[in-house]
Amino acid sequence: MSEFILQILNGLDKGSAYALIALGLTLIFGTLGVVNFAHGALFMIGAFCSVTLSRILSASYETVDPTQKDFLGNPLKVKSTYMESWLGPDIGGAIIDWSVPLAILFSIPIMIAVGIAMERGLIKHFYKRPHADQILVTFGLAIILQEIIRGFYGANPIQTPAPEALSSVAQLGGALGLEIVYPAWRMVYFFFALATIGGVFAFLQFTTFGMVVRAGMADRETVGLMGINIDRRFTIMFAIAAVVAGWAGVMYAPINAPNYHMGMDFLVLSFVVVVVGGMGSLPGAVAAGFLLGILESFASWERFKVFDGLDQIIIYLVAIIILLTRPRGLMGKKGVMED
Amino acid sequence: MTNKLTRRGVLKSGAVAGAGVALPTIFTASSASAQAYTNEPTGSTVTLGFNVPQTGPYAEEGLDELRAQELAVEHLNGEGDGGCLNTFTSKALKGNGILGKKVQFVTGDTQTKSDAARASAKSMIEKDGAIMINGGSSSGVAIAVQGLCQEAGVIFMAGLTHSNDTTGKDRKANGFRHFFNAYMSAAALAPVLKSEYGADRRAYHLTADYTWGWSQQESIAAATEAMGWETVNNVLTPLAATDFSSYITPVLNSGADVLVLNHYGGNMVNSLTNAIQFGLRDKMVNGKQFEIVVPLYSELMAAGAGKNVQGVLGSMNYNWQLDNEGSRAFVKSFGEKYGRPPSNSAQTCYAQTLLYADACERAGTFNPCGVAEALEGFEFDGLGNGPTLYRADDHQCFKDVLVVKGKENPTNEYDTLEIVDQTPVAQVTYAPDHPMFGGAEASLGTCNPGA
Amino acid sequence: MLGLNKKDFNLLMVVVGLSLFAPFILNIFPKDSAMAFFNGGYPDLMQRFAIFGIFAIGFNILFGLTGYLSFGHAAFLGVGSYAAVWMFKLLGYNVVPGLILSVIVAGLLSVVIGYVSLRRSGIYFSILTLAFAQMMYSIAYSDLFGRWLGITLTNGETGLQVYSNDPQILLGENSPIVPHIFGLEMNARLTLPIGPWEFVFPVGYYFSALFLVLAFYLSIRIFRSPFGLMLRAVKSNNQRMTYTGLNPRPYTLAAFIISGMYAGLAGGLLASMDPLAGAERMYWTESGAVVIMTILGGVGTLIGPVLGAGTIKYMENIISKMNEKLLHEWFGFLPDSLEYSIVWVASWFTGEGWHMTQGVVFMLVIIFLPGGLVEGGQRLAARFGAKSNDTGKTAQPAE
Repeated sequence: MSEFILQILNGLDKGSAYALIALGLTLIFGTLGVVNFAHGALFMIGAFCSVTLSRILSASYETVDPTQKDFLGNPLKVKSTYMESWLGPDIGGAIIDWSVPLAILFSIPIMIAVGIAMERGLIKHFYKRPHADQILVTFGLAIILQEIIRGFYGANPIQTPAPEALSSVAQLGGALGLEIVYPAWRMVYFFFALATIGGVFAFLQFTTFGMVVRAGMADRETVGLMGINIDRRFTIMFAIAAVVAGWAGVMYAPINAPNYHMGMDFLVLSFVVVVVGGMGSLPGAVAAGFLLGILESFASWERFKVFDGLDQIIIYLVAIIILLTRPRGLMGKKGVMED
Repeated sequence: MTNKLTRRGVLKSGAVAGAGVALPTIFTASSASAQAYTNEPTGSTVTLGFNVPQTGPYAEEGLDELRAQELAVEHLNGEGDGGCLNTFTSKALKGNGILGKKVQFVTGDTQTKSDAARASAKSMIEKDGAIMINGGSSSGVAIAVQGLCQEAGVIFMAGLTHSNDTTGKDRKANGFRHFFNAYMSAAALAPVLKSEYGADRRAYHLTADYTWGWSQQESIAAATEAMGWETVNNVLTPLAATDFSSYITPVLNSGADVLVLNHYGGNMVNSLTNAIQFGLRDKMVNGKQFEIVVPLYSELMAAGAGKNVQGVLGSMNYNWQLDNEGSRAFVKSFGEKYGRPPSNSAQTCYAQTLLYADACERAGTFNPCGVAEALEGFEFDGLGNGPTLYRADDHQCFKDVLVVKGKENPTNEYDTLEIVDQTPVAQVTYAPDHPMFGGAEASLGTCNPGA
Repeated sequence: MLGLNKKDFNLLMVVVGLSLFAPFILNIFPKDSAMAFFNGGYPDLMQRFAIFGIFAIGFNILFGLTGYLSFGHAAFLGVGSYAAVWMFKLLGYNVVPGLILSVIVAGLLSVVIGYVSLRRSGIYFSILTLAFAQMMYSIAYSDLFGRWLGITLTNGETGLQVYSNDPQILLGENSPIVPHIFGLEMNARLTLPIGPWEFVFPVGYYFSALFLVLAFYLSIRIFRSPFGLMLRAVKSNNQRMTYTGLNPRPYTLAAFIISGMYAGLAGGLLASMDPLAGAERMYWTESGAVVIMTILGGVGTLIGPVLGAGTIKYMENIISKMNEKLLHEWFGFLPDSLEYSIVWVASWFTGEGWHMTQGVVFMLVIIFLPGGLVEGGQRLAARFGAKSNDTGKTAQPAE
């Protein structure tokens, strides 16, 4: 029983990342009608916001310690962080320790800037172009962004730990009389994802801005005719989508060490998620994200692995079955992206 | 095998007038070639081909290999401080290139894909006239490129490849491996595991689902079972997996008290990180402290996994902290040039380059068959690993294997691992027809000089 | 001639000419000159030009004519290779059975995948093909089919290769032990030094180029046939076509199968040049690569895909080999500070940075040349033509 719950938790956790990325993709697709292959790169940039902030906060100076030797036999240069020497080991250390949560704030201006630059500089010119062109130009952009990150940070994964207080395991299920331990940070990730998703939905549902955008998603031309500057709002939507993808990456950094190709690793999967959910449907994207996350978890659990290698193909198998039985995915609208 | 015709050959066939496009007989004309072997160097230089992953997940590994190879070329040409040329027991190399020819090199990107690696090796052989191919960072690639070099008639020195197959069922007469293999890792680790964790342990294996993973798992399971451990389960994980949580959770209630991660590279960094997240190392099972083992370590992986490696045992081909004359000379030379200690794959590629050059000198030729003969059964010391033998039967190199552990309190960013034990070579030696190495059927074939 | 109008025949002749003289064109720089680095005329690369040309031509029949964007075409290339290598293992190194089987197997697979995927259109179709191809990749990479059946089918990540203890029932006493066509070895070549130049004529290349020309010819015929017209109708207005009572599915399925068979042939040829089949050639980025080749060259044009394939393969093989040492040699004549800054900038785009160049080129082409290289060529020609007209006009009054 406890294993069953654990696998559901695993699924929700994987699903959180899928859902956040797919949500952003769908926002962009729904509002702008653009298939954005650079969305995985935004996720990756988010993760590197964590890496960067933790590097900035732990910027250090070197002092020579003659009692120790480095690998060449020279006196060892010991690094000490500015943060700790300015603010004392307690406060300074705590700030460094909490760099990943702090990166949520740090990433906002970066992601907005990247998002707006992408939309205004490139994607704007591709609204009327065929989807194949959109895919390729954003794919090219994704490669470039990825190569820039590789140039600065190298190809090796960079460990970016969660705060000490949140790196332990949480005891759950005490009330149920079950012994369930789960990494605290993964729980944080899940709730963070829920809050973000909830925030986006609330924003679209309860603000005038959101109302206009939803109207625009439904019928762009009519809203445009009503004299509303829909373009500017769509740019803002793009920036919001970039922030959502970035946050998914920021918080993902402690779960798996970020590397430059993590965006590509998620890209194909997140497209499958979006299509399974139904192109243009926000609830569909979220539901499909969690659904596929849970299915993937269970497929890699031996008890459910009906045949060898099911875990490798489950996502694609499910995608094929769903697309064949439900032509427009789980919650897709008729006529979207079928031409 | 290739009827590569040079000008003289063409003249002989009397086909120059036809610009030689459409005369099929030319192609079947047998060895009317002036070259005795593929890419025989005729000028004052000789070109080596360095085929390493420069893009993809193992790019850093490849970059370090490239650094070491450049250093080796410097030393061969008599530049720099000479490095291991001063400590190498064979004194054939004079620092004036190889056989008096200045050493040049070309590079290629394997992308850690068999196809791309073969394409880049081919381009170095066909276009740049490379006389040998050195380097690489995965077993699949090593086996694919080794096969290619065998067909093309050049020497292949394998770089980082740890699968038993490279010098097992896929061994080739033109290929040599300085790196150790999965069997040796297991044989070296098992006694240490027994003394550290006891003989009564239950192990759960997570294994990367490709050739090297299978090979590693088979080896370590056999070695640990032989000393009394029980293998509770072996679960294969897809290479593309990034999140291992759903493979880790079943471990919690499996009754196992050791987790063996037969993963490498990014897989290993993630699976180890996830295992630590789930608190496995703080757990007590069957009244024992839960332990994690990573059979194959590399410095870059250890750096990627950060503090998660602390206290985790594994094995290595070489580590820069190894204290012997050759190792000190190499670390000094490498460290002064690049400002960092060399990784074990860097040392492998460095040693292989010098060994190849030395074999040419001793053979007095670049002919792959002569070189192979000079390398077969060659015993030496002074390249960093201690006394080493290149076994003639399977072209596998035999030397001590290092058992290492993630350091608890690293003093700097390169100080991630510490040497726990140096397993003597006798303990990791096996018969050339060992069943894990293709059994009696495996054969090197005959050496192919091309042309 | 050959059932082609004059313009198409000329185009065919251009391809024939390019194929025949590729060893000269691609080895334009003398062997020992500094520019020899840019020569692409070595056997392996020339063969790749021809083979990926075939792959892209086939892809263009589907994508260029019907507009259906398949993101899984590498799967057909992959199974083609596996089929060919299996023929080498079972029968012997003659490439004929291998090529035949690779086309058949790829054709059968494309019937299955095409039949299922073509029930959807737009991006749903793309994702379906992608899902199928990724499944095939996973199955090949971990040899899942082989594992289910208890045999070695793809030999996993190492790749399928021929071993000396394979049956090879047709392998005679004196048969070559490399792929050959009735005794003519694929890796045989003729080297022709003329002055400082050295030209290489590989058998394997001409063999592949022969198929390239045939593939190109067939593609012209398809483009100009009523069938081709029908496919274009699918692209321009699928709905209207349905209203007229025509069911577009059989036509698109036929196009899908044809392009799958082209991919299978390319896969078989790849294995014939180098008898190893690896799972990586089925990965989704490889499917993406053929899309890019086609678009880079010019979608829906006849010669575009060939040019696109050539450009991508050239970049991949030449730029990735520029290392920093080479850059320092090239720019060594400059003052040190300038040399280092140029090398620093250039190293982002060369060697391990070649992906960056690739990304930049895609973006530039798609932004500025939506019609690909063909459009670029036409624009150049137009400008050149316009200029010569202008000079003609301005010259007249002077008389």
